Amino acid sequence: MDWSPLLISLATSLVATAVTLVAGLAAAAWRQNRAGAGAALVDGIFILPLVLPPTVVGFLLLLLFGRNGPLGKLLLQFGASVVFSWPATVIAATVVSFPLMYITARAALEQVDPHLLQAARTLGASEARIFREVALPLAWPGVLAGTILSFARALGEFGATLMLAGNIPGRTETIPIAIYFAVEADEIQRAMAWCAVDVGISIVLLGGLYYWTHAQRLRRERWGQH
Amino acid sequence: MRSVCAASAGGSTDVTLEVQIEKQLAEFTLDVAFRATETPLSVLGASGAGKSMLLRCIAGLERPDRGRITLNDRILFDTAQRVGIAARERRIGMLFQHYALFPHRTVAQNIAFGLHELPRDEQAARTAALVSRTHLAGLEQRYPRELSGGEQQRAALARALAIQPEALLLDEPLSALDTHLRGQVEAQLQETFASFRRPALLVTHNMEEAYRLGERLLVLARGRIAAFGPKEEIFRRPPSSEVARLTGCKNISRARANSDGTVEALDWACRLRLAQMPATPPTFIGIRAHHIDFLETAGEAAGEQNIFPCWIVRTSETPFRITLFLSLDPARAAAGEPHLQAEVFKEKWERFRDRPQPWRARLAPESLFAMPE
Repeated sequence: MDWSPLLISLATSLVATAVTLVAGLAAAAWRQNRAGAGAALVDGIFILPLVLPPTVVGFLLLLLFGRNGPLGKLLLQFGASVVFSWPATVIAATVVSFPLMYITARAALEQVDPHLLQAARTLGASEARIFREVALPLAWPGVLAGTILSFARALGEFGATLMLAGNIPGRTETIPIAIYFAVEADEIQRAMAWCAVDVGISIVLLGGLYYWTHAQRLRRERWGQH
Repeated sequence: MRSVCAASAGGSTDVTLEVQIEKQLAEFTLDVAFRATETPLSVLGASGAGKSMLLRCIAGLERPDRGRITLNDRILFDTAQRVGIAARERRIGMLFQHYALFPHRTVAQNIAFGLHELPRDEQAARTAALVSRTHLAGLEQRYPRELSGGEQQRAALARALAIQPEALLLDEPLSALDTHLRGQVEAQLQETFASFRRPALLVTHNMEEAYRLGERLLVLARGRIAAFGPKEEIFRRPPSSEVARLTGCKNISRARANSDGTVEALDWACRLRLAQMPATPPTFIGIRAHHIDFLETAGEAAGEQNIFPCWIVRTSETPFRITLFLSLDPARAAAGEPHLQAEVFKEKWERFRDRPQPWRARLAPESLFAMPE
């Protein structure tokens, strides 16, 4: 059996989750002290990939990164093209998993008592240090939950990936795409094998999340937060 | 070495916090101007009077609409000069109402938070000194959750003092504590103020706390300064009926001056003689509940002024004292409508309680205060 879909899926999801974690945290931190129509509009744009059908997201990405799209043209000047390449799977997975990260990180940061941030300010700490040493450690359980959700979402991404990256075995064929084409080609055994792999990964992820949150809860009881 | 500078730890000759700010709030405008020196200043006001907002403006956590704040020779805020120093640059220690200790850091880590830019051994030395000064020895490795309320308060105080602030702001420092802890924490605060010798502002809605902890008193009502000065003065002669109420005066009546030098207390239906007639005609007159006296014998009354027969409408007990609700005329007493509240110790109440009514109450001229508004 060709294991490349597993490796491609894991590599894609890991890279996409890492990008999403940094971008989602940055966006959530940016949004924290802002209100008004502009911020609400940005919110809407950030969350859009969650509510749009993945095929629509994929199609929009195709317009953006395609030969005549604004980003596609820009990349072409450097002799690069992402459509139907491995980076396209990462882009698709990142865009669809970003809203989950953003929403959970924002909720977790909003839960941090603003008096703690103000106290840190009166103690001479810079905003960057306050984020690093006060806000983030206290919001961390929520941020981690968001990371796992994003990873799971990236791993399960199908529609946008197919639109943007296509199905190139050994390069862009992730597990969900392999399953779809296995069923198409009537290779039921192969489809079932990949389904089992996917279920296995999900169980490991959820189990890890459970144990981690349990350990975290014990620690947070010592801090006095529930 | 921006936020912690050892050189300025010594006593400076000119320690002054000058505040003159305006800020529009939801229901009124905070509009104050005052100066605080090295004697602790209590800011007394009902909840929602703008006390916390005042502290937050001084600390740099809120931005006033207009005005100027200077600390010693530094301009912290000035709309005319477009100056607005960030909270982290102000070097003002703030004690939050619920302490705002970082829950994920130990006591020692909390105290050392503001010492970030110092070398590690100096951080440790300063932290150790503060731990012993605030009587937290042995608790350094605990998390805030594992401390009692009083210990949390001391840890928060140590953390605020660690940056060697040029001024200290305390927001309702005792309100989150159980009654039996307050005396102990008050002693700690008094000790801190005594050695601090820089501007310290303490916000409270409790007049007794305000009196015990501050030297001077600022009474805030709906964003404006209703009184400002030495505390004894304000408690003895409140400048207005509002200040009288905020400083705990239970008996306030509308008043009108008579041509013969007496004052008509309109709500108490009696005519009173004052020790000294004020320059401006009084519109209110007041007396504190514990200043109302009851005559023991008939002979005691000879030559005294402001003595009235009174009937007890009802009583209310506290552990050591009793509040008597009095009426100066029998019809109102029968209707259950008191004019005045008097407060006496239980011992005196025990001596009096079975005597036939009316008793005789004395509103001593030197205890009465007239107020122009």
